[in-house]
Amino acid sequence: MITAGIDMGAAFAKMVIVKDGELIGKGICKVTLEPEEAVRTVQELALKDAGVRPDEIQRVGATGAGRKLVKNADVVVTDVTADAAGANYLDKAVRTVIDVGGEEARAVKINEEGKVISFAVNDKCAAGAGAFIEAMTRALELPMEDFAKYSLKSTQKIPINAQCAIFAESEVVSLINEMTPREDICRAVHDGISDRVSSMAKRVGIEEKVVLIGGTAKNIGLLKSLEDALGMKITVLPDPEFVSALGIGILAAKDSEN
Amino acid sequence: MEKKYKTTPLKLWDKAKEIRMNVYKEIAEAKEQGKLLIGGGAEGLIALATGFDHAFLVGEPYGASVAFLYKENPAFYQQIVEACDHAGYPRDLCSYMRNYLGSLLLDKYIFGGPFPKLDFCLQAGFCDTHSKWYQIVSEIRGIPYFSLDLLPFDWEISGESEKTKQLKREYITKQIHEAIEWMVKTTGRRFDDEKFIEGVTNEFESTSLWAKVCAANRAIPAPLDEKTMLSFYVLAVLARPKKEVVDFYRELLAEVEERVANQIAANPYERCRFISDSQPPWFGLDLFRVLESYGVVSLGAHYTFALSGGWEYSSEEETWNPARTPQERGIELKTRDDAARALADWWLTTGTVCRGVRHSGAGKIKRVMDIVDKWHVDAALIHLNRGCEGTALGQMDIVQALLKAGIPTMTFEGNHADPREYDEGRTFARIESFMETLGLKKIY
Repeated sequence: MITAGIDMGAAFAKMVIVKDGELIGKGICKVTLEPEEAVRTVQELALKDAGVRPDEIQRVGATGAGRKLVKNADVVVTDVTADAAGANYLDKAVRTVIDVGGEEARAVKINEEGKVISFAVNDKCAAGAGAFIEAMTRALELPMEDFAKYSLKSTQKIPINAQCAIFAESEVVSLINEMTPREDICRAVHDGISDRVSSMAKRVGIEEKVVLIGGTAKNIGLLKSLEDALGMKITVLPDPEFVSALGIGILAAKDSEN
Repeated sequence: MEKKYKTTPLKLWDKAKEIRMNVYKEIAEAKEQGKLLIGGGAEGLIALATGFDHAFLVGEPYGASVAFLYKENPAFYQQIVEACDHAGYPRDLCSYMRNYLGSLLLDKYIFGGPFPKLDFCLQAGFCDTHSKWYQIVSEIRGIPYFSLDLLPFDWEISGESEKTKQLKREYITKQIHEAIEWMVKTTGRRFDDEKFIEGVTNEFESTSLWAKVCAANRAIPAPLDEKTMLSFYVLAVLARPKKEVVDFYRELLAEVEERVANQIAANPYERCRFISDSQPPWFGLDLFRVLESYGVVSLGAHYTFALSGGWEYSSEEETWNPARTPQERGIELKTRDDAARALADWWLTTGTVCRGVRHSGAGKIKRVMDIVDKWHVDAALIHLNRGCEGTALGQMDIVQALLKAGIPTMTFEGNHADPREYDEGRTFARIESFMETLGLKKIY
């Protein structure tokens, strides 16, 4: 059986093609002010990557903020369920899933079957999501990859306003003017997000094995800050930005079996 | 999906509306009729004023009514909240108070005309903010103000000594007498002790009857849903010392008991029972209709059941039951002092929401878990209410306790009377996720 899982995030659309439980193709594109176009584009990219024709897709699952835009979806679930399904599919030992996306961060506690036990969402503040880091890369005039590497070279911890991404950006300008090393500022940004995310994760109750997914999971600086904040090892699942799409792709297949 | 239970609309719905409108009509006509018009908080000792011919403009329901304007008349709503913001009152204050003050500063009553001309303010310190609220009103309007200091009992499990409890009773009783003497001196009017005794007696009956109505919701299926209950609980908030409220609750209890006996459900698809916590977002009560579409019935909350009192603790049963009134306990109130003492004791003994505002911790958790047990609760929806620090006190501890007890629990952030702090779309999306975790799909 070939299924497609689409995660229509606020910032990026992600799609995977799953054949008999194996990931055979994926696609990702930015979501603009015309999100329907992103739906079409990401489908084209994923199908091309998988070498599969549209009519070969037997079931489609959709998740993410824009899931209702996927008109041909057979199964639609929220991100929380998709995160749980994807993480559990990749590793049955996972018990806590932390998903830090562009505009939203989530912590989901699951059992051995991938059932959601509890969850928490930070959806009101960019200071707890990838959008904050993006804003800071602009303020520091650093590409994202360098931003992460710089933070690992930091030699001192400095506090930063993590109440508001707008205020933090202005604070970064002040820190730069005070000749604060960029490495320390980068780390402070990551620490600020980690504080928020770890606080949210503790509300659902942390249980190992803890995994990090979402686009920001590739940020090695953020990963380190989170590990320090939680005091435990965090695993980054492969293709972390596609885990939610994989989850809904798997659920679409399971749904057809039922 | 087929309906599991039969359902019918409540017969007393229109009567409740009529009583609410009468309260506001009385306020509008008070001056013409030579009555005193008093301003103050609902959650204090509004029965104190019953010795006078008066109308009472209680602030919290008025603040909630301002919040409703958000959808009905957004431009007017914006004017009101900006008036308060521009006067320098910060957004982290009680949102009822901010709405009320905005309306007062604009001198616009949301039901038409200028803001009513109050004769004086009478407040009981349900919370510190509420005490300051009416100090501000009295300063703006240049009118007299009396505030009683309320010191609630601690939760039953704290082992508070009888000596301390008695001191609190005496403290409040003394202030009740002082308040009455002050009102007489300030207004030059006669205080009718018989009317006071009647008002106090009605308060006991109203709140006890409302508790009995809430207790009936333990039945499966639940005869009432929380959105409906909120339209009924407000009568106790607005006018519990009035005989018509007592009569209404008596009729309501009879109707609810009939529904229980005949298995008439609030939600004919009832398959999952929720409780909530804190005031709801008043402008966003559609939240409850969303829950219903999943076959969920929201049974109420400690707040909804007990805001105006009416529950007493049984140490033998280790639970809270609808309180027995002094009359039911064979106590006759003959004098002003009898009524003052009874009112102080009733407030202290049965006023558990105020208690939760001052003392959270294990006692408040026990109360909530008792509701979970007695009302056969399956899950909880907790409103992390930025608009009320008092009801927000201890909420995360309650969440942890619920989760530990295996009760799936969802939180959402909002504000009971400031729509600017509530994201309806995101909240509904979160509810959708929560329903998935409960294995519930939308029925309609």
